[in-house]
Formats: sequence, C-alpha cells, structure tokens
Amino acid sequence: MLRRLSQEQPESFAFTAANLAWAEAQVTKYPKGREQSAVIPLLWRAQEQEGWLTRAAIETVAEMLGMAYIRVLEVATFYFMFQLQPVGKVAHIQICGTTSCMICGGEDLIAVCKDKIAPKAHQLSDDGAFSWEEVECLGACTNAPMAQIGKDYYEDLTAQSLATLLEQLSTGKVPQVGPQNGRFASEPKSGLTALTEYKNAAIRLNGSAHLAHDIGDTVKRIDGEEVALRAPWQMGANHMPNGAGAGHAAIGEGLIEIAPRGRTAAQQAEQEAKAAKKVLAQAEPDAEKNGIKPATLETARDGKADDLKQIKGIGPKLEKLCNEMGFFHFEQIANWTPDEVAWVNDNLKGFKGRVSRDMWQEQARKLAAGENTEFSERVKSGDVYDS
Amino acid sequence: MLQDQDRIFTNIYGMDDRSLKGAQARGHWDGTAAILAKGRDWIVEEMKASGLRGRGGAGFPTGLKWSFMPKESDGRPAYLVINADESEPGTCKDREIMRHDPHTLIEGALIASFAMQAHACYIYIRGEYIREREALQVAIDEAYDAGLLGKNAAGSGWDFDLYLHHGAGAYICGEETALIESLEGKKGMPRMKPPFPAGAGLYGCPTTVNNVESIAVVPTILRRGAGWFSSFGRANNAGTKLFAISGHVNNPCVVEEAMSISFEELIEKHCGGIRGGWDNLLAVIPGGSSVPCVRGENMRDAIMDFDYLRNDLGSGLGTAAVIVMDKNTDIIKAIARLAHFYKHESCGQCTPCREGTGWMMRVMDRLVTGEADLEEIDMLWDVTKQVEGHTICALGDAAAWPIQGLIRNFREEIEDRIKAQKSGKLSAIAAE
Repeated sequence: MLRRLSQEQPESFAFTAANLAWAEAQVTKYPKGREQSAVIPLLWRAQEQEGWLTRAAIETVAEMLGMAYIRVLEVATFYFMFQLQPVGKVAHIQICGTTSCMICGGEDLIAVCKDKIAPKAHQLSDDGAFSWEEVECLGACTNAPMAQIGKDYYEDLTAQSLATLLEQLSTGKVPQVGPQNGRFASEPKSGLTALTEYKNAAIRLNGSAHLAHDIGDTVKRIDGEEVALRAPWQMGANHMPNGAGAGHAAIGEGLIEIAPRGRTAAQQAEQEAKAAKKVLAQAEPDAEKNGIKPATLETARDGKADDLKQIKGIGPKLEKLCNEMGFFHFEQIANWTPDEVAWVNDNLKGFKGRVSRDMWQEQARKLAAGENTEFSERVKSGDVYDS
Repeated sequence: MLQDQDRIFTNIYGMDDRSLKGAQARGHWDGTAAILAKGRDWIVEEMKASGLRGRGGAGFPTGLKWSFMPKESDGRPAYLVINADESEPGTCKDREIMRHDPHTLIEGALIASFAMQAHACYIYIRGEYIREREALQVAIDEAYDAGLLGKNAAGSGWDFDLYLHHGAGAYICGEETALIESLEGKKGMPRMKPPFPAGAGLYGCPTTVNNVESIAVVPTILRRGAGWFSSFGRANNAGTKLFAISGHVNNPCVVEEAMSISFEELIEKHCGGIRGGWDNLLAVIPGGSSVPCVRGENMRDAIMDFDYLRNDLGSGLGTAAVIVMDKNTDIIKAIARLAHFYKHESCGQCTPCREGTGWMMRVMDRLVTGEADLEEIDMLWDVTKQVEGHTICALGDAAAWPIQGLIRNFREEIEDRIKAQKSGKLSAIAAE
C-alpha cells in the first residue's frame, strides 16, 4: 500500500500543555543522546490528539527530538498505525481480517463497514463521522472476530453486534468494550475449566474493559488530562537526583545516565556532585551550550537581505529561520569563527549541524565576494525554487 | 491435566484482584531479594536446569541465552529488552499476562535483568495493545511506589529501572533486531547477525531480547525449583505453557497447560471439542501462522511440544497459538490470507522477501479461485524455496512455510479446484 502524506494539511500543530508534559517525560526514559527512541510514542500521542498524523505534527516531533524531518517521515510511513489522512470524526473502525478472525466471520464485519460506512477502506462516511480499514492480526484471536475502535477492542462480534455498535457510536453513546457475547475475557465461554478458585465476585470487568470504563475516553481525542502524569523512573536507579518527582515531569540535560556497574561510594558522590552542578547549569540555559553566539542583526542592512537560498542546503524554511535568528547576509555567514559555527550548528532548531554538513561557509565566502557557485546560478535562473 | 496449584499464571483471566496486593496474595513478589541474593550464576544455572525454552516461537533455551551476556562489563551498560510485540496471527497469550497478571512479568524483569547485570529493562509492547499498555504501566507504577523497582529494588541492593515502550503496528518488530532498531526510533528493519544482540544490541550495548512469557515464568521457577518446572512435559520440552486456541472449536480460550499434552486432551478439556465433532476437523495450524498446517487426522493424537510437532508432523509449536479449522473452511483461502499478511508485513529490506511475498500472494489468490495451471503449484513450491533461507530475518521463512504446508497436505484440493475451474469454463463455452 502506498503511504504518503495527505494532500490537505492543517497549518500547524502543537501539543496541548498536558500532552507536551507527557511527551517530555517520555523522552527521559532513554539515555542521553538517544532521545530519538521516543519518536514512535510522541508521534502516536500527536495522532491521538488530532485523530491523524499531520505533516506539521511530524515536523514538530522532529524538532522536539532533534531529528531530521526525513527520519521521522520514514518512521511515520513505515508503521501502519499512523493514519496519514483524515479519519472519521467520531471513530476509525479497524477490523481484524487475518486468518483466525477471517474463519470466524471477520469478512461479515468488513461487509457491515462497506455497507454502513464507505465502500472503500480509509474513505470517510458521507457525514464524515466514520472511516474503516482492514488491519492485520490484532492479537485477540481467541475472541475472534473482533475490531479495534479508538483505544479499545470489541471482541466476539457478529455482523449484528457490530452494526449495533456503530449505531451507538453515531448517537454519541460509548458502547461497552470487550467481549460482546457475555464473556469476561479469554476464558472458555461455557465456563471455567481452570482457575475456578481464583475468582472475585467484586470484579465485573476484565483488565482492558475496566480501564475503558474508568477512564472513559474510548473514542474521544486525547488531550493528555485523562490520566495523571506519572514518571516514577525519574526517581529510579538510572537517574540523577534532580528534584523531579512523580507528577512533575522535568526534562533537561543529564537527567538520564545509565549507572555504571559496581560503582564505588566515591564515584557515587562524585556523580551526585556532578548532577548537582548540572541542575545548577539548567538555571543558565546557555552555560553548557557549545560555542559562542555570533553577532546578529535586527534587520537586514539597508533593508535588503541577501538571497540565502543561493547557498546549497538552505531552503525557504531555513532561510526564514536564519533571518529570525538575525542572519541576513552572506558576509555574516562567511565570517563566523569555528566557535560561532558550533553555536549556530547547535541552535538551528530542527536543522542541527547543517552549517558544517552542507558547507555553508565555503559557499558564503564566494557569494559574498560577488562570485557565483554552480548552485547559485541555478537558483538565479529559477531552476530550483518557484519564485 | 495440570492442577491449579501448578499453574504459574493464576490470574490469567483477570477475575481475581489484579493489583499488587492481589498478586502478592497469590504468591508473587515473595522473597525476591532472597532469590537475587543467591547470585547471578545460581539464577542462570537454575534456569538452564529448568529446561525452559523461549516462549516467543523459536524455542531457544532461555538459560543458555542469558549465559551469552558478557560476564564482565567493558564499560557499556547491559540491557534486557522484553518482546511484547505479540503479532503472530493466532497468538494472544502475552496480552493476558500483561493486562491480568502483570506482576509476574515485572518481577521476572527484575530477576532476569539482575542475572544479566542490566540496570535497565525496556518492555516493547505492540502499539495496538493500548489498554494492555495502560494496565501494565499501572502495575509498574505500583511496583515503583512499593519500592520493588527503582533504587535498591525490592530491597535487593540492585538498582533497576523498568521502562514501557510501544510500537505502532509492524509485525516485523517482533524480530529481535528489528525490535531493537524500532526501540532506537528507526524503521523496524532487521539487522544482519553477527554481531548478535548479546555483543552489540540496543544502543550498541550487550542486550538480551526475551519473550514476555519466558520472563514472566522465571520468578515462579526460581521459587519452586528447576525440578518442579522440568517435571512437566517430555524431556527437552519442559514446563507449563500458555496455549491460545482459536478458530473452530466450541470454546476458544487461552489456557495454561503442561507441555506435551495431547491435542485431543487440550481441545476436549478446555475448548469443548471441535465444532461439529472430530470427524469435522480439516486442518490445524499448531503454532501461529508461521508454521505449516497439519491435516486434521494427524492432529488428534499429536503431542503438543516442540520436538513432536517438528520431527513427527513437520510443523512446529511456535508460540502455541493453535488455529483450528473445520471442514467448512476454505483452506486455500485461509492460507492465502496469511500470504496477504506476510506481503503486508514484509519490511522490504531483502529482495527475495519483498518481491517473493507479493508474488506468492498473487499466485495464492489465483489458486483460491482456481484460475491457474497445474504446473503453477510446483512453480509456487519452487518460489517458496527461493525465499526461504535467503533473507536477513526469518520473515521470509515464515511466509514460505504456510504455503509449503498447504501444498504438502492439501495438494489434491488445489488441483481439484483448478480442474473444476477449467472444466467449468469449458462447459460454459460449450453451452453457448
């Protein structure tokens, strides 16, 4: 299946405050320098918030994690749970179609979707409320056939009960999740054949349905306030003491370091001292940053900025970013010292390291001297960018 | 039949108290610090002696796998990664552990990490298991609150953090190196081996990847002794095992049973028999979609363990996900659906798999309708052999085996359908 970004894209994306705090806490699960590991959870939360994964969300996540856009786009297109086009406003219905479900009636469920929602997968229903797709095995095979709607599994379905579910959802009700035939979980439906002693009459819902019932956010968009944020690992073995407690996720430099094996008390003390320093350092955000900030301009000299896009590696977006940071002229770039290059490299949000990687300075020196590069000639002739 | 007191997962249906308190009442988290105090060598030796074979499908001895981790660190941290990316069609056992008996897994993670000198463990759960993720996270939070995780975990003196990470819908991430890639925030494409993860895995550090069930049985084995665990099942196939039986049985279910139980006993005791009786049994896939199917008549007396299913029936126990098909099933279509699955899930890295899965799927689709030539059956067999064994990971093999199983066991059905289609066409033309 071809997976590419949708034609229609919203202007922008921003995490809600609660989702942002959640996302920042997730990043601290991984060692320093490995923030990229959080890309799937963050993209997923973005999708939970918006319903589908927009280009703006992909770019936002890339910037949060210091990743190149293409690396995040690769991930977004590789994993099938990311919806790259708008889905039904109320719910996106995912029917399991793999063998166990298929032989138990999964095809009937797909027929219901085709009939009641839209003839094709990923198509919106006429009222825009629903969309559907056939997905591969969802791992609830003893409760086949089944469907996932929002966060929840609806199991032991029939064409009839799926139609009823859709009915309920379209009238704004939240149906009971879990098995639809009176079963509790994955036990034999005729009665227990094992573990008959391990039964507590007070427990009425299985582990998944119970959460759906308590949290109650079965199909709605997630703004992050549904569940109180907890990040207990931040007080755990692999973290520096930093005062960040459960419920107050903090992100910063040095929050994670894997404890070396068999460290001595002296090493421990030394590390703690280091950590204390780092906490202090957080108060002055620039103190630990690499390099020196170069001189900047408020506006372009004589109100006329150079066309930075003539430098290979600077596109319209980066040009805008450079201008915002106070760089308008080839001559500015050409004259950066190595320390200043290091600073700019580090502070190009979303484009870290591009100054050196794309050899801006070499090009800028030529352009500042009034010479041309092969690339700048192409830009001038209108070959590269639509003006 | 296995007695309840010998079951490791005593709350697999979630009908009893699922909280930490409930787990402790059922005997979990009992004397964990004392187990750790016996030292890592004792733990690894005891695991080897128990005969536990990995529960994720391949059946590699767990204790042996642990012993591959470096004894002395060269400065790099070690990691345990738990594979909870349960996506093999037919398999739904780890889900029950994570949502209903999560403390078995959390305690196991601590013990296994200690045995491998890992201070950090990541659980990689499949993205679709959202409620299961929430349930497991609740249990992890509980364990942190009770001091069972974190600094000086469970009073053992071992500092240990357990992180829950999730994927986003890619079967391939159940392959251990693809899982590591995905956990590093990349596309889930398997890595070449060697280096094996025990040498250079997650973030280039020594890593062991284990299935959820393999880890979750560890605490009980160590508490009750290797001898207790190995008393179940035949030699080399020790222990108890979660079976997930789906398809055409009267009562599909997940149930923990002793290894080497007969198929008939498993189905009669727990599943209420085959739908329509034993004579109605057409075929069984005994170990998840990747293993070849077996004809029903060969299955009734089959012994459900690794060695019997592989050596005697040419199939495999895999994840013990038993898919039962009765005579109403269109077996060709059932296997064709699996061909679709593998086509969908191929990561596209290796050409034989990327192109082969699509090719096999298209031929299978024509076999379903019978619009094919008889020679194409052999051609299909030949292509499965060209895919099998020629890819970085085992997905190529897994895509080939179900089709080979179909041709081996149901060749006549395929031929009949092709002939019927041909003669149907002929008679239709004659009628005009």
